[in-house]
Amino acid sequence: MTEAQAALRRPAASGSRLRTWLANPWRRPRLLALAGWGFVAWSLVPVAIAILFSFNAGRSRSVWQGFSLRWYVQDPNLSVLHDPILAHAVLQSLKLASLTMLIATPIGVALSIGLARWRGPASTASNFLMLLPLVTPEIVLASGLFLVFAHLYVLGGTRLFGTPAQLLGHVTWSIPYVVVVMRGRLFGIGKEYEEAAMDLGAPPMDAMRRVLLPLLAPAIFAAFMIVFALSIDDFITSQFLSSGEGSITLPMLIYGTGRTGENPSLNAVATVMLVLSLSAIGIASAVLQGVARRRGTGEAAARELVRFEI
Amino acid sequence: MARAGARSGDIETLYPRGFWPAISVPGVLWLIALFVVPFYAIVATAAGRLDPIFGTTVPEWNPLYWQPDAFAYVLNGLMGQTGIFREVFLRTMGYVLLAVGLCLLLGYPVAYYMSRLRGRVRNTFLVLMIVPFWVPYLMRIFAWVNLLQDDGLVNRILAATGFLAPQTWLDGRPSTVILGLVYGWMPFLILPLFAALERIDASLIESALDLGASPGRTFLRVTLPLSKQGILAGTAIIMLPMFGDFYTAQLLGTQKNAMVGTLISFYLTQATAGPAQARGAALVIVLALLVSSLTVYYLVSTARAARGAAR
Repeated sequence: MTEAQAALRRPAASGSRLRTWLANPWRRPRLLALAGWGFVAWSLVPVAIAILFSFNAGRSRSVWQGFSLRWYVQDPNLSVLHDPILAHAVLQSLKLASLTMLIATPIGVALSIGLARWRGPASTASNFLMLLPLVTPEIVLASGLFLVFAHLYVLGGTRLFGTPAQLLGHVTWSIPYVVVVMRGRLFGIGKEYEEAAMDLGAPPMDAMRRVLLPLLAPAIFAAFMIVFALSIDDFITSQFLSSGEGSITLPMLIYGTGRTGENPSLNAVATVMLVLSLSAIGIASAVLQGVARRRGTGEAAARELVRFEI
Repeated sequence: MARAGARSGDIETLYPRGFWPAISVPGVLWLIALFVVPFYAIVATAAGRLDPIFGTTVPEWNPLYWQPDAFAYVLNGLMGQTGIFREVFLRTMGYVLLAVGLCLLLGYPVAYYMSRLRGRVRNTFLVLMIVPFWVPYLMRIFAWVNLLQDDGLVNRILAATGFLAPQTWLDGRPSTVILGLVYGWMPFLILPLFAALERIDASLIESALDLGASPGRTFLRVTLPLSKQGILAGTAIIMLPMFGDFYTAQLLGTQKNAMVGTLISFYLTQATAGPAQARGAALVIVLALLVSSLTVYYLVSTARAARGAAR
């Protein structure tokens, strides 16, 4: 084929390809593939570059000057380890996320089981109430929380702003997510195992403690991790309910100094935040997938328990 | 559910009476105290009065004594002669609508591609799509601050290729902020869109083509209408937080790009003197009404679609 012939053919070919990808999904959709993988690259590359430059030996955020852990540990003043503000933000985020996880998950798990079994108008109303935060913009809830902590929930003249208010806010925000995560598993298990346990003579509370809760364990664990990640990621609630310096979290730090700060360790701070969030989610999804893959195990464990009970 | 109910020993009734409400109580009370009451506090503050001594806003918990001043102020700021809030509201609307439009335009092909993948590639792609969900939002935006700095990688690449003169990207350009919004929220649109596209029966598209419809017409008359629910769901999901998003504009822009959230954050938590807090609360209510009208529209149209499907 000569150059001229090729040039003549090209427009026609690309035109038909355009029409192909609009409608026929079974041919090789090259333009679509470009859009798809282009999007993945576009969404991940900027973050990858930020991670890369957190290991940069120099101050630049755009010129590579060699690998080092300077911004994490080595730099005596500016590294995450040695800059008191940065280190404190890491601790504050960890503290909030751990406490939120420990409070929100049990409340949410109990609520999810209760709402799945409880019948009646009060249950319907509670269910509706539980879903509302999921469709509320965070800034609205955060504003409301700010106002109640400023005017209503004032303990003996002291306001709760800072860690206590942030914690209460994060828990409020997390409870509906726990319920949603638990629900999938609750409906997946059904009631047969508990019924079997009770038919075999287990008192209801034992059936719950030794059959239902072990069956739910993977979902409960996943809920813990998801709440942790939600809390690490949260910005608006933490910002509105903070009490200044002492309660700055990782996202607040990035918001506050992302533009003004010349501090090159901000990339390291962001990477720490990313690692915390992603590892929690990674663990959660590994556990949930493990359960999905070996569906027999949890059920077998339940049967074992029932047998033991007799 | 029906099966369990038919049995003599219904599982719910085997447990002690009141057990299910009892274990729900902590969660319900928590949500009442820290979700319902805060909502009421917003209204009570917006309709509050001024403390005679300190001159600050005091919430008025009794609806009989509610004051309309702050609402009047905000409404006047939106519609009146001076219109001090109008610019910010219009800017927010403009940014959000443009960003949502761009998300749909760019996200649709991605979701479409994803819905057609099979096997191992599909799993890989799905995982890569989900990662941005759990990369902290502010880190994703901050990554762009790195790239768009005056001596950032974007300008370096532009200078090296000569494609465009290096720009000052972060000096309050609307386009940079809109880029940030699109970058930040697009993943949240793609997944519901993907779910809707995946449910489309491939034989419907095939038969449209077999019956002689052109590919473009097939797309417009079959695929697009069938994915309407996904478009609506995705749009609602990203629009809700986008209206309250002020951090993207703050990180990627200047005061010139202030959005409604910026105003709320300022009036409520920073400017506490005088009626500022009441005005901030009134702004929150205006924003909540705007957003909830969108939510209601979405819910109604989903319900209608569900009824249509059932018929």
